[in-house]
Amino acid sequence: MNLRKYLKVYKKFLHTSLASELEYKTNILVDLITAILSLVGSIFLLSIFFQNNGYIGGWKFEQALIIQAIYTILNGITNTWFNPNLTEIVKHIREGTLDFVLLKPIDSQFFISLKKINPSGFLEIMLGFLLLFFCIRINQISLNLIFLTLSLFTICCSICILYSLWFFISTTTIWFVKTWNAIEVLRSFLYIGRFPLNSFSFSLRIFFSVFIPIAFITTIPSEVFLGLSELWKILLEAIVAIVFLFTSRKFWLFALKFYTSASS
Amino acid sequence: MISNLINRKILTLLKVQYSNMLEYRVEIALWAISGVIPFFMLNIWTTNNLNESINISDILLSRYFLCAFFVRQFSVVWVVFSFEEDSLMGKVSPYLIQPLNPFFRYLAQHLAEQITRFPFALIIAFFFFIFNPESIWIPNLGILLLSILSTFLSFLIQFLMQSIIACLCFWTEKASSIERLLFIPTLFLSGLLAPVVSFPSYVKSWIYLTPFPYLIDFPANLLSGNETNIIGGLCMQILWIFLLFPLFKKIWSEGTKKYTAMGS
Repeated sequence: MNLRKYLKVYKKFLHTSLASELEYKTNILVDLITAILSLVGSIFLLSIFFQNNGYIGGWKFEQALIIQAIYTILNGITNTWFNPNLTEIVKHIREGTLDFVLLKPIDSQFFISLKKINPSGFLEIMLGFLLLFFCIRINQISLNLIFLTLSLFTICCSICILYSLWFFISTTTIWFVKTWNAIEVLRSFLYIGRFPLNSFSFSLRIFFSVFIPIAFITTIPSEVFLGLSELWKILLEAIVAIVFLFTSRKFWLFALKFYTSASS
Repeated sequence: MISNLINRKILTLLKVQYSNMLEYRVEIALWAISGVIPFFMLNIWTTNNLNESINISDILLSRYFLCAFFVRQFSVVWVVFSFEEDSLMGKVSPYLIQPLNPFFRYLAQHLAEQITRFPFALIIAFFFFIFNPESIWIPNLGILLLSILSTFLSFLIQFLMQSIIACLCFWTEKASSIERLLFIPTLFLSGLLAPVVSFPSYVKSWIYLTPFPYLIDFPANLLSGNETNIIGGLCMQILWIFLLFPLFKKIWSEGTKKYTAMGS
């Protein structure tokens, strides 16, 4: 692996996709308003849950806001990188243009996962961080180095899990061709990440930590922020992240063996 | 004579689209699954006993969310995405020559998809009743017919709203981002995630003047046997259709003058 080459290629990716996305400037403005409204909406929903209850699943309103913040950041990352690229995979496979990607002297997973970028997601990420800083103030969380590294580490793990989930479903396109709707299912399940895991019944809690590890994606990082998390949970998240990344990579290589091109 | 012709056209369109939609059974099943969010919301409400504060029993609330799921299943609209793709690809041009407004084609597509979706929605409801056997009920025929009518009206309102946005494609090419913006209030205010009764009074004071609570909350309340103003709700739905329809006709006639036949 030649790191410098990949960095150089990535710079080119950034340049071209930013240039093409900035063509639609009003779109970016509309997306910003959408992101703000969506955050306002989910805080509104949360406030309905809390209007007569002090605690939901053991979380106070101020604490549950941290989950919203982390969800917003992760959703921003999804909209910036995962969504535009992985929907492209579906197109590549359906139209048979994956041939051109495979022929390039560069790793195919790298190419299809990072080719495109959607700048309007940045605004959502910033929005999420703003809310997060606000939460740190209202929850009176003291910042220190260990805390910062741990929280950054867990968020990175969440990003890895999230990426693997998206990539995993997009990879299945090689067999099923039209997985647009499977992505929609994943999206609607990820929506659950806006709420603390403990607010669900026991059976759903198991489902959301074993089958679709949404619990790991937002709840554990938020617990780290509040200083509630135990070490084993953080370690578990790291292990889950590694397993997911590794499996998604293997799965991609496995799936490529079944790729039969199309319309060429 | 004329009505006969229209009937024949509509029937043919429906038949064609139905057989087209049957091809995509798996996709539609996935679509149906992606609508299960109301059940997760129900889980949050009942696990945390949040319904006590709004005076709705567990059973009525679970019926409400089941009905919300059903209403949503049969009022999902995606015309803006179809139209955007067709207009970018230049497929709208041949449609425009035909002596039939192309939106009839999309309308038939949606209706056909709903028929295809019906069995899957029933299967999901069946599973819901296995887990919540106490919430089984049989609405009387009159209520059932009225709620089917109001669900259809809700579908029409959303179809008209989205068609208006779709017509913006004639000016901006990418109208789907505006649709995503409009989807946010639809998601949070329609009652899909929380019944409108539970909203704080500062929202309830104006929300019934907007079309949103009539999209899901009203039909779902009607079907589930929760308290609701039947005549008022139906009148508001019809009123919104009468407001939106002339707007759509106007924007359509303005837009077609602007049409530049892209991609062909």
